[in-house]
Amino acid sequence: MSIGKTHELHKRRFSRNVGVGLLLAAFIAIVFGMTVVKITSGEVGAALQGKGRVENGN
Amino acid sequence: MTDLSTNSSFSDTPPKDAGFADYFALLKPRVMTLVVFTALVGLLAAPVPVHPFLGFCAILFIAVGGGASGALNMWWDADIDQVMKRTARRPIPSGRVDSGEALAIGLVLSGFSCVFLALATNLLAGGLLAFTIFFYVVIYTMWLKRSTPQNIVIGGAAGAFPPMIGWAAATGQIGIESVLMFCLTFMWTPPHFWALALFMRNDYDDAGVPMLTVTHGRRSTRVHILVYTLLLAALAIGTGFTAIGGPVYLAVAVALNALFVKGAWDIWRRDEDASETDNFAAERKFFKLSLLYLFAHFGAILLEAGLARFGMGGWA
Repeated sequence: MSIGKTHELHKRRFSRNVGVGLLLAAFIAIVFGMTVVKITSGEVGAALQGKGRVENGN
Repeated sequence: MTDLSTNSSFSDTPPKDAGFADYFALLKPRVMTLVVFTALVGLLAAPVPVHPFLGFCAILFIAVGGGASGALNMWWDADIDQVMKRTARRPIPSGRVDSGEALAIGLVLSGFSCVFLALATNLLAGGLLAFTIFFYVVIYTMWLKRSTPQNIVIGGAAGAFPPMIGWAAATGQIGIESVLMFCLTFMWTPPHFWALALFMRNDYDDAGVPMLTVTHGRRSTRVHILVYTLLLAALAIGTGFTAIGGPVYLAVAVALNALFVKGAWDIWRRDEDASETDNFAAERKFFKLSLLYLFAHFGAILLEAGLARFGMGGWA
């Protein structure tokens, strides 16, 4: 059930809630970005492309 | 606040709810700019390239770690901050943020920043950030600040670690170059803060913080500023002949250190009457110059590193 009536508290804490929301969104974006970079570069990226197996002669 | 008697802003109207800006102020954003800039220079001056996104994340987590230590510092020092004019409007002494909230934010952000820096870069960088937070909060804030006039000298190490962390994030090592950047900030901190203590005279007296001005007197503080500035000048100019230096850095260092030594000399020559006559003009000028001094030195290191990418930087 959604909140139908806006309380004065909602107004007072609006900036705080917006800030926390934006921080959470940024956190998700950062974790996603880090995951993409780590997977597409370095050892994990090479392993996914099968380079590790070729180098090891398997 | 559980103890209303300690809340100087208490009146008939209850204190306003803390906004997002109040929580952000807990992280000491102005100090954060120094942390971000010196860490960025450490990261970019390193000879190992870092993926731009991971580099951005590393600087962000270092900044968050620095901010977390600022929040823990404000939590512990709320009683002192309430007494000092310079800090009385901070979120905790003004009653906008509860000290328990500051503690929680500081602890959570400390853990978050160290773990994510280690994940984004390497364990050494994460470990160094954890040690920096520990050093600033426990060694400096809880122990040295209220017990010894050498608080600024030893505690200054906390502010000097960021370029080392940036360097470690890129290379996974602690190189001599990053130690030199550490030393530069470490030696710069005492004259910077002692100049502040000279013109914010009553603040530290009222709060009972054993600054050099309080324990050894103002004449001795002026002598200390001159001695540390001379040592800093030798170090800063000497750094110009190392791997992170070069002609551009050396030119900047010579010019700024000449000005800085002149400023310290002026402070040393003055007595209290002369300072009070012009409202500590020389001390204020020296303090402002000290901010430019550090940013310009690290900016020059960054420029040398940038030029080196095109085969022009350094002495090679």
